[in-house]
Amino acid sequence: MSNFDFSVFNFELLRSFVASGLIFSVQLTFIAMLGGIMIGTLLALMRLSGIKLFEIPARIYVDGLRSIPLVMVILWVYLLIPLFLGRAIGKELSAIVTFTIFEAAYYSEIMRAGIQSIARGQVHAGQAIGLSYAQNMRYVILPQAFRNMLPVLLTQTIVLFQDTSLVYAIGAYDLLHGFETLGKNYGRTVETYLGAAVVYFIICFSLSTVVKQLQKKIAIIR
Amino acid sequence: MNYRWDWQVYLQDTGGGQTYLQWMMSAWGWTIAVAILAWVVALAFGSLIGVLRTVPNKGLQLFGNAWVELFRNIPVLVQIFLWYHVIPALIPPMKTLPSFILVVFALGFFTSARVAEQVRAGIQSLPRGQMMAGSAMGLTLPQTYRYVILPMAFRIILPPLTSEAMNIIKNSSVAFAVSISELILFAMQAQEETSRGIEIYLGVTGLYIVSAFAVNRLMALIEANVRVPGTIGAAK
Repeated sequence: MSNFDFSVFNFELLRSFVASGLIFSVQLTFIAMLGGIMIGTLLALMRLSGIKLFEIPARIYVDGLRSIPLVMVILWVYLLIPLFLGRAIGKELSAIVTFTIFEAAYYSEIMRAGIQSIARGQVHAGQAIGLSYAQNMRYVILPQAFRNMLPVLLTQTIVLFQDTSLVYAIGAYDLLHGFETLGKNYGRTVETYLGAAVVYFIICFSLSTVVKQLQKKIAIIR
Repeated sequence: MNYRWDWQVYLQDTGGGQTYLQWMMSAWGWTIAVAILAWVVALAFGSLIGVLRTVPNKGLQLFGNAWVELFRNIPVLVQIFLWYHVIPALIPPMKTLPSFILVVFALGFFTSARVAEQVRAGIQSLPRGQMMAGSAMGLTLPQTYRYVILPMAFRIILPPLTSEAMNIIKNSSVAFAVSISELILFAMQAQEETSRGIEIYLGVTGLYIVSAFAVNRLMALIEANVRVPGTIGAAK
């Protein structure tokens, strides 16, 4: 206990090693969240369309990705993209692609539950006032589904933020990698792993507290 | 894409007196071993913490809640590094433990927070009358939990526990980070050595899907055998 040395945690070192990692982790989380929710919503609509041609591919996509580890998907994308494009796109971009397609599977299950929770009368009401399928989704169903599922979507985003640490598998420079590099350069890995844990904890704990508050608010609206 | 498949890579010698197929099978064994042992740790601690969060004692509740928040809000990979680098620095005797044991505890404690959350939800989903019926019969609090509350709660939460059991197989993949020779580490190293990444990754992906499916079927079997008579789930 006595030989701990936290002097590596000074502003200069944190800025030069950790800041860029933190920025990448946050970027990755945001892009994967937005892309994942968009693709996920499309997948959910496909699965609920009642048309086999849409339903089956969407189901294979979602169930397939949900049954393999994220690390495996990270490795797959990192291996396949250069084969398809004929050139490497870099670890960071590869990670962004991976997380977007991977999280889409999870967000799609949430959106599917959200859409299914809407009362059937809402669909009928939309049809009765002459809305097309797309209009009905756009103006009646999806806004409600989205709002009901907001806490769950955000909880999944916290999980997503934690999972970004797995880009370790391909060596992308994220928050964890930043702390690790700092620790290795100054021979203080014990302290920096501890530091990484504290930073992840603070971010995730505050976010989940916010989500809990939001959940209470939404519960009242409903 | 005219990719030239070469499945014979699996029969090549790794240079260590075994083929890549044999290596992959032993890696599968490590994955399963980590997952099963971590699941035992997770169930034991998760049930205990889940119960603590429901007992009428503020101190114990607080401890249970703190446990769940601590292990749920740190990424599992970081937790593995904590067990591997930080805890042995704090408690020197732990330096002698093999990394396999550390990973089992890291993954087990991480999952215990999720199990505890399910156990708490299961207990709280029971009508309050169950607890009262227990005390009315003169059972002590531990007895009420043992004979009345837990047998019901565990059956109710079997479906979410199934997904946790499937998750733990997937999450065991982070063990590669501390050089446990499991499937992901095999995939990375064999890809490097043979440059037949697609064939290797397909094999590993297949094994993960088979494992997840096996867990799913096993839990469905358990679920079918312990259904609570008279509930919707039990109606055939």
